[in-house]
Amino acid sequence: MKLQPVIGLEIHVELKTKTGMFCGCSADHFGKPPNTNTCPVCLGLPGALPVPNHQAIDWAIMIGLALDCRVNLESSFDRKHYFYPDLPKGYQISQYDDPFCQAGKLSLASGKIIRINRVHLEEDTAKMQHQVIDGQKMTLVDFNRSGVPLVEIVTEPDIASGEEAKEFLKKLRDIIRSLGVSDCDMEKGSMRLEPNISWSESPEKLNNYKVEIKNLNSFRFAQQGIDFELKRQKELLDQGKTPVQETRGYNPQKRATFSQRVKETSADYRYFPDPDIPPIVLTREYVENLRTKLPQLPEALANEMVNKFHLSLSTAQLLSKDQLKLAYFNQYKNQVEPFELANLIVNKKIDLDQPPPTKAASRAVDPNIIDQVLKENADAVAKYRTGKTSVIGFLVGQVMRLTGGKVDPKQVQDKLLKALQVRNLQG
Amino acid sequence: MKVDAVLVKHIAKLGNIDLSDTEIKLYGKQIQQILQYIETLSQVDTQNVKPTYQTLDNTTNVWREDKLQPERGLTQAEALSQAKKTYQGYFVADHVFSDAIRKTSTKLAKRRQIDKFNAVLTEVNSKGNLGVKDLFCTKNIETTAGSAVLSGYKPQYSATVIQKLEKAGYLVKNKLNQDAWGHGSSGENSDFGATKNPWDMSRVPGGSSSGSAVVVATGEVEIATGTDTCGSIRMPANFTNICGLKPTYGALSRYGVIAFASSLDCPGLFARSVVKLKTVFNQVAGADLQDPTSQSPARNKSGVKKIKTIGLPKEFFAAGLDPEIKKLMASAADKLKGQGFSVKTVSLPHSQFGVAAYYLIAPTETCSNLSRYDGVRYGQHRSYFGPEAKRRIMLGSFAASAGYAAKYYENAAKVRTLIVNDFEAVFKQVDVIMAPVAPMPPFKIGAKTDNPLEMYLSDIFAAPASLAGLPSLALPCGFTKNNLPVGMQLIGPRWSESALFNLGEIYQKITNWHLQKPKL
Repeated sequence: MKLQPVIGLEIHVELKTKTGMFCGCSADHFGKPPNTNTCPVCLGLPGALPVPNHQAIDWAIMIGLALDCRVNLESSFDRKHYFYPDLPKGYQISQYDDPFCQAGKLSLASGKIIRINRVHLEEDTAKMQHQVIDGQKMTLVDFNRSGVPLVEIVTEPDIASGEEAKEFLKKLRDIIRSLGVSDCDMEKGSMRLEPNISWSESPEKLNNYKVEIKNLNSFRFAQQGIDFELKRQKELLDQGKTPVQETRGYNPQKRATFSQRVKETSADYRYFPDPDIPPIVLTREYVENLRTKLPQLPEALANEMVNKFHLSLSTAQLLSKDQLKLAYFNQYKNQVEPFELANLIVNKKIDLDQPPPTKAASRAVDPNIIDQVLKENADAVAKYRTGKTSVIGFLVGQVMRLTGGKVDPKQVQDKLLKALQVRNLQG
Repeated sequence: MKVDAVLVKHIAKLGNIDLSDTEIKLYGKQIQQILQYIETLSQVDTQNVKPTYQTLDNTTNVWREDKLQPERGLTQAEALSQAKKTYQGYFVADHVFSDAIRKTSTKLAKRRQIDKFNAVLTEVNSKGNLGVKDLFCTKNIETTAGSAVLSGYKPQYSATVIQKLEKAGYLVKNKLNQDAWGHGSSGENSDFGATKNPWDMSRVPGGSSSGSAVVVATGEVEIATGTDTCGSIRMPANFTNICGLKPTYGALSRYGVIAFASSLDCPGLFARSVVKLKTVFNQVAGADLQDPTSQSPARNKSGVKKIKTIGLPKEFFAAGLDPEIKKLMASAADKLKGQGFSVKTVSLPHSQFGVAAYYLIAPTETCSNLSRYDGVRYGQHRSYFGPEAKRRIMLGSFAASAGYAAKYYENAAKVRTLIVNDFEAVFKQVDVIMAPVAPMPPFKIGAKTDNPLEMYLSDIFAAPASLAGLPSLALPCGFTKNNLPVGMQLIGPRWSESALFNLGEIYQKITNWHLQKPKL
């Protein structure tokens, strides 16, 4: 039996709505004094009732649509029961049988497809701190975060390495940020990752154990934690042992995972439909209308910028996934030559609160560079001659690269075309 | 289904309650007996039946716009005000990584009994004119739900119904005793002692809204609030010779009413006459933005215009019914016939399964709703739950647990659908259903406390309307030879309250049962 690394991810993302998932408290909880952002609903007082936030529902569905999911037209909220001091009602309102979105996918640069199992909506928990006060161990609880809308994205166990996990996560973060629905700030906890890892025959035939890593607060640590864990488990398996089913933490200093909680039996959450909330029933038109609100996703946008403005792919990618930089680019791209503007933003890291420096006037194109590019790219020139005129974009890009973008690509294109014609005549 | 100690311990753990060995034995036996009764549901063919989890006229998409509601927010001081232990603005809980500490409840100081019926838990304002069941949150006024767990709890906000009543000019006079959390049919399950029936102090006044019924019956107040999850308004109205309305599910807001079983809980009212009940009902009914289950658009489309035909469901008049009650019901039907109504026998074939379905659905929901009581933010620790709450927590954690949910909880929800369908069919033949509230007159205090199943079966006539979310008006219809009050219930289609009031008013014009008062 040959085993392979099988990794699935659970990602929690806090939405940046104005208010909570089920109450009118501010969803902006970060850094406030403890327990100053609560109401009867999110504090779980007796008699309080949840009222769902429409915006959060729309945004959860938009995340699902951006991940190519199927949207369930009929969905509902369920109660997930467990006891913990950070869960004020003793249950979390989540989604079980009928989440908003299911069966999506996201592809990696290699072309490998990572399937998305589901995208659902739930409420965040309170924050706990574990301290010793007057010689007594205790847990302090702050309910400011309780009830903030939380989207959970669950992948199928299609990921095979820490590297792939990191790539997937970065791509997912960029997509969600481009939707403008979450900051996905790992440090502030608005994006949280939980990989589960095993060596199995295949994603379809899972082993009889799995290990979950919790509290990873960067993509790098996720990658390192996964790779460490794969190695640790492989060593055990090679010795004929089965790794323990458990939750582990990650220690970045030691670059190692450590056991936190052993799960002997799977938890019994006793899900049932929340009787306080009527079901959500959407029409196809409603969902299609949400689809029209999706911006161009970072990958498509980057490709478009490469073609349109002859940016290098890496520059285009950096621009397309950073909402601040992208907004700045779009604001000034008609005033400053786009290629140069992109370089100013990405490479020169100019102050985005100021207009771009205007000295960036175009210079004349050095004919030697044109010649050099044509010589160095004989293949492209040949293609051009056979009628594949679209390679001109590529040639323009090469000139822009050599000149550091300090020339007008339109002028470059004219010069290139002229030169090619001349050569054509000569040839 | 064999309920052994292993299973009892497992479901107690799921419900997060600690049991002594004696309790494990006792509850094991009782739960076994209850589950045996519930097995009657296996006689029902539920294949291809869709489960019913809510009775809301298929209301969907109740949501709010993403707008801040600072007026509902709590200050840090308010949030922390009811906690036993705080530290620099934080709530303090047991250290979660330490081993669980086994909690034992220290006895609370005995509550001073205020009145001879033990109906009042808290005196609020002697000038007041409104009695309030202690399940309704009243801002800064102790609200216990009849449970030691909440003894001393002063809510940070008031229930919508209380706010509306105050706006209409009512002033809270007292908070009233009840079966803890609404768990009970007799008023004996209060952690603060049983309430007594003013018609016979040795008998129960009915529950769970026991104190509310008693203060209206004795004339202490004209109006009192109650809640009816499965008879908790109708039963005590019926046992104390007053009128009680269990409204259509969703007619009165549940916001701020401590939840027992959310899909069944109906806040409602007690009064001595139907006229009074109608007036106050119209002041407090209405959609509440804070309660998504109060927002059915069907509310404004009247159910029945005018009642012409009255149906008597034959299943309610079968062998189990006390013969004296049967006679009084027949004479009430005759009285109405005399007023030109036609009366006919109808059938609600699945109503006999109501109690079994109810005792799976309600415990599942109450087990969930009682999960929030951890003693961190308010109230006492879970060890303070009384025996009935513990039984229902365990029944509920069992009915929804992995491996059993489909057989028990979901199946009960399917039987619920059949009960809803029964009523729909009958309301094509008649405009209203007239039925007894309870199979027996008020019983002796202590008569059923050792046998929870027998107590549960007193809900047999209450369960069907509750499961179907229908309004039911309970009103007096006579007395037994021993001068014990007997009432009847008028059940109509959803949102037919005004038709029920009209019929009740006609009946009270030609009878004077409701004018009889207990000798104090």
